[in-house]
Formats: sequence, C-alpha cells, structure tokens
Amino acid sequence: MADLFSKFDGLIAQREGLLATGVTDPFSLVMERVLSPTVAVCNGHETILLGTYNYMGMTFDPDVIEAGKQALEDFGSGTTGSRVLNGTYAGHRAVETALKDFYAMDHAMVFSTGYQANLGIISTVAGKGDYIVLDIDSHASIWDGCKLGDAEVVPFKHNDISAMDKRLGRIPEGAGKLVILEGVYSMLGDIAPLKEMVAVAKGHGAMVLVDEAHSMGFIGPNGRGVAEEQGVLDQVDFVIGTFSKSVGTVGGFCVSNHPKFEILRLVCRPYVFTASLPPSVVATAATSIRKLMDGNNKRAHLWENSRTLHGALKGLGFQLGTDHPQSAIISVIMPDLERGAAMWEALLHEGLYVNLARPPATPAGMTLLRCSLCAEHTAEQVQTIIGMFDRAGRAIGII
Amino acid sequence: MDRAATADRIAALIAPFNKNGVAIEDSSSFAGDLEFDSLTVMDFVAAIEDEFDIIISMNQQAEIETYGQLVDAVVKLQG
Repeated sequence: MADLFSKFDGLIAQREGLLATGVTDPFSLVMERVLSPTVAVCNGHETILLGTYNYMGMTFDPDVIEAGKQALEDFGSGTTGSRVLNGTYAGHRAVETALKDFYAMDHAMVFSTGYQANLGIISTVAGKGDYIVLDIDSHASIWDGCKLGDAEVVPFKHNDISAMDKRLGRIPEGAGKLVILEGVYSMLGDIAPLKEMVAVAKGHGAMVLVDEAHSMGFIGPNGRGVAEEQGVLDQVDFVIGTFSKSVGTVGGFCVSNHPKFEILRLVCRPYVFTASLPPSVVATAATSIRKLMDGNNKRAHLWENSRTLHGALKGLGFQLGTDHPQSAIISVIMPDLERGAAMWEALLHEGLYVNLARPPATPAGMTLLRCSLCAEHTAEQVQTIIGMFDRAGRAIGII
Repeated sequence: MDRAATADRIAALIAPFNKNGVAIEDSSSFAGDLEFDSLTVMDFVAAIEDEFDIIISMNQQAEIETYGQLVDAVVKLQG
C-alpha cells in the first residue's frame, strides 16, 4: 500500500533536522494568557507581541467587548446555519451596513473568514473561459480561489506593471478579465503601485479586485486602504477585506458598487455552504468598524511606530523587506532557516514574539522575521523592542 | 513557423536557465532534468511568452512537463 503521507517526507525531515538542533519549535507557541493587544504570557513569561495583525489594537476595546457580550446574551452563541437560510441575524445585516458606511460603497457581503471571501468571490466571478491575471506573490487564499474556479490563470512578476500590461494585452478578444492585486503584500510589507496598475487594467477592459486585508483602518484618508490612498478606489470593482486584522475579530468581506452584486449571495458556494459568523463576532466587528472610522490619532501613532522601528532596525544593520516603511509590517530578512529560527528563539527569550515566515508563504524561498506593529504599542515598548533586536542580532551573529 | 524553428528559439531561451548545462531533448523534463523551481518557471514562461507574443496560462502549463511538450504547445498557440 502506498503511504499517502510519503509526499510530506521532505518537510518532516527538515522539521526534525531543525528541532534536533535544540531550538524551540517556532510553529507551536501557545499564548497562555493575553493581557492586552500588545502583551501576552508565553511559556510563563510576559511577552511583547510584535507578530499579530492587531494593527489598530481593537481586541480589548471596551465598547467592542461590551457589544460582543450583549449579542451573546441576546442572540446566543451561534447561528447554526447558512447566511441564505437561518444564519442571517440582525447583527449580520448591521455589520454589512457598517462596511457600506466605512467604504462608502453600495454593497457588502460578509463571509465567515477572509480566506473564504477570496475563495468565494474569485471562484464565482471568474468562470470558464474568463482570465484571471494576478501578482505572483498573491496570498494563498487568492491562489486557492483561482484553483476552485474554472478560469484561465495568468500570473505576472510581483508589482511589475509592464509584465501585467503585456499579459492583459495577449488575452483573446472578448474574454472576461479579472485582475487581482493586493494593497499591502504581507510578507515583505510592501505596497502595490495601484494607481498605475488599476489604470492599466481598466485600459484593457478588466475588472479589478484588490485585497486590502493588511491596510484597513490606517492606510488612506478614511482608512479604506491603499487604493484610497492612491486615489483609485472608485475604479476598483471589488475590495476584499477581513475582520481578523485591524477589526480585531474573525470574518471576511467583499464590498462593491457593482449593480448586480447581490446575486452573489445565491451563487457563491463558500458563502452559501457554511455556517454564518456567531452573533457576538458580528457585533464586535460592527462596533469596531464604526470606531475605526474616526481613528485618526491611532493611525498617526501606528505610522510613527512603523517609522521608528524601521529606521532603528535598518540602522542596526538588519536587512529589511522594504527600503522605507510602507505599511505596519516590517520584515527582517534572515540569511537562512537555521539562523532565522535561532534569532526567533533569542527574541522570544528576550520577551518578544515575532512571526517566523517560511516558504511557501514567503517569496523567493526567503526566511523572514515578520514584525507587525500595533497602534497600542507605546513609544517605550518600541524602544524596548529595538534593544531586544540589537542584543539578539549580535548574539546570533546576524548583525 | 515550423516546429524545428520554434524548437531552436525555445532552446536558445532555455540556455540562461539551464544552470547545470543539461543536454536538451524532447523528453527533458523541466522539474526533473532541468530542476526548475516555481520562480524559474515564472521567469522562463515570461521569456517564452514575450518571444512568441503568446499567453500560456497556468492551466496550460500544468499539461507541459517536457521540452517536447512545450515546443508542441508553442507551435499550437502560434496558430
């Protein structure tokens, strides 16, 4: 009998090899207690969190918590049903209204996760005979959405406007075209030249979908993302987003001005064939989204944190994913997996949690220590973090 | 363009990606013999697309494992 698990042998061996060096397993950390958006207890030690997507620090907001408690009391722990049957409560409509207000768009559709939002919208909108043109560094949920659908899939080199232009130009006349871009690419923390790319896509008659998961709440004048920042949001056909980052809970969504958008509720399988979000989750999301609308001070502080940490790490001699800070993600490029894991462990011992990121999540086979800042990190915490990187980097021999 | 001429042009495009100097035959596989990883595949496909002004979707690439299959596909895509 062929063992169906033999395809994982290479990865099993690599993992065993890494753990045999005595390093703590970077992929099985448990947070025993969470004290605030920026501090948790890991292995009995207070640890500063620099590897969450809690960009706006909404997870412990008193209004958000209160809304969740109230919904739990009033509507129970779960819906036990699909959005199109018994799974739409007042709270689901309320959070969709909050999204329409936040983005100033006509339609909003909420999914159970951000992953499912990409899976559902992409596989449903682009069908057989249509073409999807997408950035090669797209998130796994985008690729899986392509795989679930029947469209022809054509990738282009990361952020390469002319490569995208050429591919769009060669698509057979009359075929439907969907261009998929991200506002912020979460591995290196770089942003897309959406102004130019959306113009090129529109020039070829393509519809445009932009995933703004890592920009909501703090990029753009109203926190609507990179497309808003670059002045092209009105030309984007579909914005995909998530509740699991700045909003501080879980869930995904798509907002759009397409006049026929609502039909998707009946034909989009990852929307129909799954249970809807629990009432407490949509209540916390709606409250959080409305608070994010006037989060200007928090936004400014988050950007200040990002600039301070980026400048200091660069100054210490670390190799970073971007020349200048473009988002709340600062990616530190490690020379290899072994030293990446050693650096990750040294930082954990210092009392700092960051993400160790590896292929297939990372581009070009890179090992990254990915830092994501929070608006609730104090200036003092950021200085503490810099000191930790300095000591750990020198101990491991990376700087 | 006939098959031989297309094959010659593709062979020339493979050269810079053929790091181990593997002798190319119709049966040479990109993943096995040439050891192309996913990034190399992307750059190589881009070079082929630009040379012949065609588009090779990932769906089509899934059917192309060898040099010979690529030559056939490019001949067909050029019409």
